[in-house]
Amino acid sequence: MTSRPAAASRSRRASRRRACAGLLFVLPAVCFTLVFFVVPLGMTIWMSLNDWPLLQKPHFVGLANYASLLHDDSFWSSLLFTVEYTLAVTPPLFLVAFGLALLVQRRAPLVGIFRTAYFLPVVIGMAVASLLWVWLLNDQVGVISDVLMKLRIVDEPLQWLDTTQSALAAIVVMVLWKASGFIMVLLLVGIQAIPEELGEAARIDGASWSQRLYHITLPLLRRTFALALVISIIGSFLAFEQFFILSHGGPRNSTISVVYRIYREAFTAFHLGYASAMSVILLAILVSLSVLQLWLLREQDA
Amino acid sequence: MDANLGAGIPARLGRAASRPRKRWLPSVLFYGVAAGLAGLFVLPVLWSLLTSLMPAAEASSSPPTYWPSRLTLENYVRLANTGDGILHYVWNSSAVAALTVSWTVILSTLAGYGFSRFRFPGRSLLFVGILATLMIPFQSILTPLFVLLRTLHLQNTLTGLALVYTTFQLPFSVFMMRNAFDVVPLELEEAAMVDGCTPGKLLVRIMLPLVSPGVVTVALFAFFNSWNELLAALILQTDAEKFTLPVMLLNARSGSLGSINWGVMQAGISVGMLPCAVLFLLLQRYYISGLIAGAVKS
Repeated sequence: MTSRPAAASRSRRASRRRACAGLLFVLPAVCFTLVFFVVPLGMTIWMSLNDWPLLQKPHFVGLANYASLLHDDSFWSSLLFTVEYTLAVTPPLFLVAFGLALLVQRRAPLVGIFRTAYFLPVVIGMAVASLLWVWLLNDQVGVISDVLMKLRIVDEPLQWLDTTQSALAAIVVMVLWKASGFIMVLLLVGIQAIPEELGEAARIDGASWSQRLYHITLPLLRRTFALALVISIIGSFLAFEQFFILSHGGPRNSTISVVYRIYREAFTAFHLGYASAMSVILLAILVSLSVLQLWLLREQDA
Repeated sequence: MDANLGAGIPARLGRAASRPRKRWLPSVLFYGVAAGLAGLFVLPVLWSLLTSLMPAAEASSSPPTYWPSRLTLENYVRLANTGDGILHYVWNSSAVAALTVSWTVILSTLAGYGFSRFRFPGRSLLFVGILATLMIPFQSILTPLFVLLRTLHLQNTLTGLALVYTTFQLPFSVFMMRNAFDVVPLELEEAAMVDGCTPGKLLVRIMLPLVSPGVVTVALFAFFNSWNELLAALILQTDAEKFTLPVMLLNARSGSLGSINWGVMQAGISVGMLPCAVLFLLLQRYYISGLIAGAVKS
């Protein structure tokens, strides 16, 4: 028979042992995050305060990188272009995705196959997808020009890289193909969370399809839309492959996104410190967007 | 084709069945529009696949050839002789993906179990800390990652790339796995513990089978993200021998590995697309459930 204090101390020892075991279980993941995330994050800030060439020794320059960044048109124009791209791609993306979601939200034979088809491009990598569209959009061998000409929509092959607008339009079309399915799934989840009785009751009261859409579906989807919007905007801000591969930043360097600009500064010009200062600005933007997202989620829970 | 996309989405019941179908026109319209759109989304993929099987001259013809005179694997053979040969890069990409998937699964299963079942000082801080990584995508800390991996002599190694990929898979994966463990009833574990099972044995023998859907989801996302990733691979792998498939295809396109034609390009693109398409078609319910959980994380 054990006395009471002995039992208590044994259970304390057991709970300490369990706490140790718990720590051991999470330790590997924590170490990875420390070494390959927290350390580089700290380094970004430190590097942004240094002149950091690839081969020579770095030296501390204080805020000099930020000072030159203020007058660096190529950076601000890349930021502006990223905003333009976001503004150009987001409305059509949501329009198409919402249309698709409405189309396949019903229960009918084959609907699952249609959903799968619309979603398929999402799982193909952006790099490979961009290479695919280089070919689709090519003026000589590309299918798109040829089909448009056969349908007499255009008279000659598309020279989509001639102007900034047409290059941007081509990339928007490509992203619509690639990402609509993703937004569609997010919206579908929202649509199917709407109690069906609401629509049914309105229908019995004589509300038309468009009235039900405007007065029931859309208002109830507000938060789903807001959430999908933030996710999509963050994605647009990180856009790289489509500009790097599809438009090469052209024509005349007019389609260079922020990430592309940072890439060039760091890995073509090898100004690692300066590129880090740019990264810090991008970081600040992304964190604010994420905070917005969290705030929207909090609203949803409340 | 599997028709279960949206298996993770609660199904609507009833409406179609409860109403008699008298009006056939809307139905024809629906199927026409839906199938036409499906064509727009799927045809580019199938088209590339078909072109990869055309004789070289037809694959590069202008205007494009819509129906090949015969099917051939010659583009794939050419691709096998480009640079170090496509198989070399497929091997690199597969090795990185295999490392990323196994590390991600092991680390996130351990961490998910730890966060779900044990109380220890700093638990919520560490959990929130790992999740907060989601806010900062790797694109924004690439420059220091490059410097760090060079310092650690991990640049130009497949291991180094996999370490980076694994780290950025962790927030989503740990979150998924913790949720998976959270729904397993405590009684199961208590019973096993009374039988004298150690935490490690308990995890492998009893818990792991119960959380296997979570493991599949986590593994699937780790695979897709590592197989498809370009930017980090572009920066960290400067040695042509260590290129992953997307980097190699990019170089093949710009001709730095010798001149190349459109048919061979489509063969390369097909090799890049097919594993993803097939895995998705087979395992889409896991993929979609992960997507939804990831999007509405809290």
